[in-house]
Amino acid sequence: MTKMKSEVLFGIDTFGDIPVDDDKNLMSYAAAIRQVVDEAVLAEKVGIDAIALGEHHRSEYAISAPDTVLAGIAGKTSKITLATGVTVLSSDDPVRVFQRFSTIDALSNGRAQVILGRGSFTESFPLFGYDLRDYEVLFEEKVQLFSELLKETPVTWEGTTRAALDNVEVFPKTESGHLQTMIGVGGSPQSVIRAARYDFPLMLAIIGGSPDRFVPYVDLYEQATKEFGTTRHPIGMHSPGFIADTDEEAIKLAWPPYKKSHDRIGKSRGWAPITREQFLHEIANGSLYIGSPETVAKKIARSIKVLGVGRFDLVYGQGPLAASARLRMIELYGTKVIPRVRELLAENSK
Amino acid sequence: METSALTIGLLGAGKVGVVLAQLLIKAGYKVLIAGSGSVDKIALTVKVLAPGAIAKTKEEVSKEADIVILALPLGKYQAIPRKGLAGKLVIDAMNYWWEVDGERPDLQDLSTSTSEIIQKYLSESRVVKAFSHIGYHDLHDETRPISHKERKAIAIAGNNEQDVQQTAELVEAIGFDPICIGPLAFGIRLEPGSEVFGAHVKATELHKMIDNFPQTEKGKQVVAARR
Repeated sequence: MTKMKSEVLFGIDTFGDIPVDDDKNLMSYAAAIRQVVDEAVLAEKVGIDAIALGEHHRSEYAISAPDTVLAGIAGKTSKITLATGVTVLSSDDPVRVFQRFSTIDALSNGRAQVILGRGSFTESFPLFGYDLRDYEVLFEEKVQLFSELLKETPVTWEGTTRAALDNVEVFPKTESGHLQTMIGVGGSPQSVIRAARYDFPLMLAIIGGSPDRFVPYVDLYEQATKEFGTTRHPIGMHSPGFIADTDEEAIKLAWPPYKKSHDRIGKSRGWAPITREQFLHEIANGSLYIGSPETVAKKIARSIKVLGVGRFDLVYGQGPLAASARLRMIELYGTKVIPRVRELLAENSK
Repeated sequence: METSALTIGLLGAGKVGVVLAQLLIKAGYKVLIAGSGSVDKIALTVKVLAPGAIAKTKEEVSKEADIVILALPLGKYQAIPRKGLAGKLVIDAMNYWWEVDGERPDLQDLSTSTSEIIQKYLSESRVVKAFSHIGYHDLHDETRPISHKERKAIAIAGNNEQDVQQTAELVEAIGFDPICIGPLAFGIRLEPGSEVFGAHVKATELHKMIDNFPQTEKGKQVVAARR
């Protein structure tokens, strides 16, 4: 247990929210994408282990093709893991996903990591001509095919959601022979079991409520791997947050864009607008890691300890935040928060 | 606990179903739970996430439970076994959620609450709406003992006073203040798009939100649709 804790990895994740510039004007989609590339370069410089980019097809997010952005980052970095969070496999072609990521793996000398998921949005379904009623079967079949493709040997496969493959080889193959792959899960027990069944590491998306709620899910993953005879891989978690020099400043900067983003998404889902009281409640008790480096470090260390995870990713930049505040956040995360979390974990394990 | 004599059945072993199973077991009830498929498929989930609950088929759960809670995707309501539920109190915790159910105009008809659609389908059961407006993680995190000053509330809509009362006892037992908002038709006040949807607030505030419904955008649309 102690050993695992000392090896905890830290990442930052973004959906490519459109930031504002110093004059509070929304940046263009193109500038927002270049901003993420700059942020990834900074993240590597300050010692962050991974960056994960989400895939969305909504006006408030610039990144719909995260793998292309990762390829851009690959050329400007040398250490940081290049991940997605998540690649919406249900509405994609597993063969093509493998090819795109094995290509990034080549460009980055083995740093590509696919995090497959169903996503919390479903815009990709109508966009690419899929029926939401096939939600379950699309993901199940495609995860199964993807797990076959990962063996990098000829694949024979038949299903209902894409053309059959008869002893087909898929290229490029990776140098290591294994493309890093995880499954992102938002709390559906069946998804946890599926990850275990196909022998994938689990990435828990804990985006609301107490992280403690997920303790039984860690147990479920473990039990399921035992049942299927698969590997109990380290588990990761990802949660949203924001860091500034003080708690007050962090809350002041994060609240207006957070509310804007929350209410806009909420409107399409029938949620009522979020109140400041709920926002503060979520910071104090839930899964919003917002505050000074010390506050955020304590909260992260606590979650890592409670859940026994091997990786923590902070989802940053919700809503139209200032680009400069995002850069400052990444700097604080790398230079202050992560070292402090490691310190706290070391103290705990003594 | 006296209430432990009752057996509560859950149809649905997803996020909501699992949390309700946990809370009801903690409150001393006997809990049966079913997913959409075979018992095997949910056995491990139930064993680990809701120890004490018994995984069964949906037909068995419907037949054997005293009260049944519906926690499956609303769009699949026609898969609910009607026969076993005849004569029973059935609590509808479902909501129309387009990202799961797909585009379903039949479930967005403002002239009826979705619980009335369920009542029509389960014509021989007595349907009450509850546990639907609070998010599943708040359901898990926000339970509190009776008369705790921060205790949150859950709204109930139903046509029969005795059924509403019995539902209120369940709400009470798992750690929330029950508030009764009126007939099943009023269930629309709890649906997505209402102020109450997603709210985890105390009883006084919940009352206010519900009373304010006709003045809200959604409330006005409902009034217009029913004119």
